[in-house]
Amino acid sequence: MYQFDWSSIPGALPYLWQGMVRTLQITGVAIVVGILLGTLIAVARLSKSSILSNLAALYVNGFRSIPLVMVLLWFYLLVPQIISRLFGQPGVDIRLLSAFVAFALFEASYYAEIIRAGIQSVSRGQVSAGLALGMTSGQTMRLIILPQAFRRMTPLLLTQAIILFQDTSLVYVIGLAEFFGVAYNTGNRDGTLVELLIFAGAIYFAVCFGASMVVRSLQKKLVS
Amino acid sequence: MISIKAVSKWYGEFNVLKECSTAVSKGEVVVVCGPSGSGKSTLIKCVNGLEAFQQGEIFVDGISVGARNTNLSKLRSRVGMVFQHFELFPHLTVIQNLTIAQCKVLRRGSREANEKGLRLLDVVGLAAHAEKFPAQLSGGQQQRVAIARALAMDPIAMLFDEPTSALDPEMIKEVLDVMVKLAQEGMTMMVVTHEMGFAREVAHRVIFMDQGQIVEDRLKADFFKSPGTDRAQQFLSKILSHGVQA
Repeated sequence: MYQFDWSSIPGALPYLWQGMVRTLQITGVAIVVGILLGTLIAVARLSKSSILSNLAALYVNGFRSIPLVMVLLWFYLLVPQIISRLFGQPGVDIRLLSAFVAFALFEASYYAEIIRAGIQSVSRGQVSAGLALGMTSGQTMRLIILPQAFRRMTPLLLTQAIILFQDTSLVYVIGLAEFFGVAYNTGNRDGTLVELLIFAGAIYFAVCFGASMVVRSLQKKLVS
Repeated sequence: MISIKAVSKWYGEFNVLKECSTAVSKGEVVVVCGPSGSGKSTLIKCVNGLEAFQQGEIFVDGISVGARNTNLSKLRSRVGMVFQHFELFPHLTVIQNLTIAQCKVLRRGSREANEKGLRLLDVVGLAAHAEKFPAQLSGGQQQRVAIARALAMDPIAMLFDEPTSALDPEMIKEVLDVMVKLAQEGMTMMVVTHEMGFAREVAHRVIFMDQGQIVEDRLKADFFKSPGTDRAQQFLSKILSHGVQA
């Protein structure tokens, strides 16, 4: 019978908390940048210009066809070089920066598809109504279509955010100490890997399950 | 005010509009009727450039709708349009529906836009509903808000695309009443509708369309007394015997 030894967890809590902060940072940046960039890509993909829509399709299909781990590694190898060429040696943690960039660009391709579907779910008549009032197509998109689209998409966007929160654990491949990484390293060091990983899993579960409960109640609200 | 000259339009192979020509002068009310699929909605959407056309020309207040260098948004801001399915903006309150284009397109200040909006809501009898959302209103009320929204832009002409055909019978009258009042105040109007009662009451001319062509374009009295073509005659007798008040 395996003897669980939970004794190393209380001492690790401050480090785990720091890891969680880092996880939330990456998640937050990826959500904000991903949605902003994703909106641009979605609008480009639906634009009448075939150049724009093809470029957007290429972006989306490209990122969606590559494993996230590889994107992370590429950016880890690439971003520091670009940064140091542009700014010299920066003071920020290069690993964190490349994780931000990689996640934001990667998530943008997923958000773009959600947002595209949301835009298409708003009826054509709404576009006509905006245009008929003298709005430009840009104004119609910004003032009329996107607000309605985002309202409908909120549950899906949140669901994607939950997946993203879990995916941040993949940054262990570039040695960045986010929540999972801290748990793993601490467990390894103290010889309580199993306990630490069970504990980390429980935290992931609690956060994600709680968030999906929020999504579910939001969905009910939007339907009624 | 509006002149349509030999306008033709194709959807791929399908010829929706065939050499349509007519004109609406200032203060005139023209009703466009005809069986469904006759191209009447398409024609009225060509007037403010919501639908493109391949041949012919449309001038609104002297400005060409089809010309490449025309600022279509500016032109549209001067022509009001009311849709079959209202198309109020569901994420905005009634008063916001009336002010958004005033502020963003005409660059009016929010206080001025608000005052104008409330005044027009009063005109259509909905001042009490300013802070509600469109979904909280009946179809007839929504359509009256849509008319007020178009009027808030101080349009030089109003286009109505089957404004009552999505409404329950008991709500048609409240919308028609607003339109009649508007016509009597001298608004230039082009109205696609099957409401022959409305045509009888305020139209100056009636246009009858069939299969993409303007078959008849006559003064109201002449049209109702003796339609010049069998097709218009049949159409009239069908829709009048269908219980529509004329």
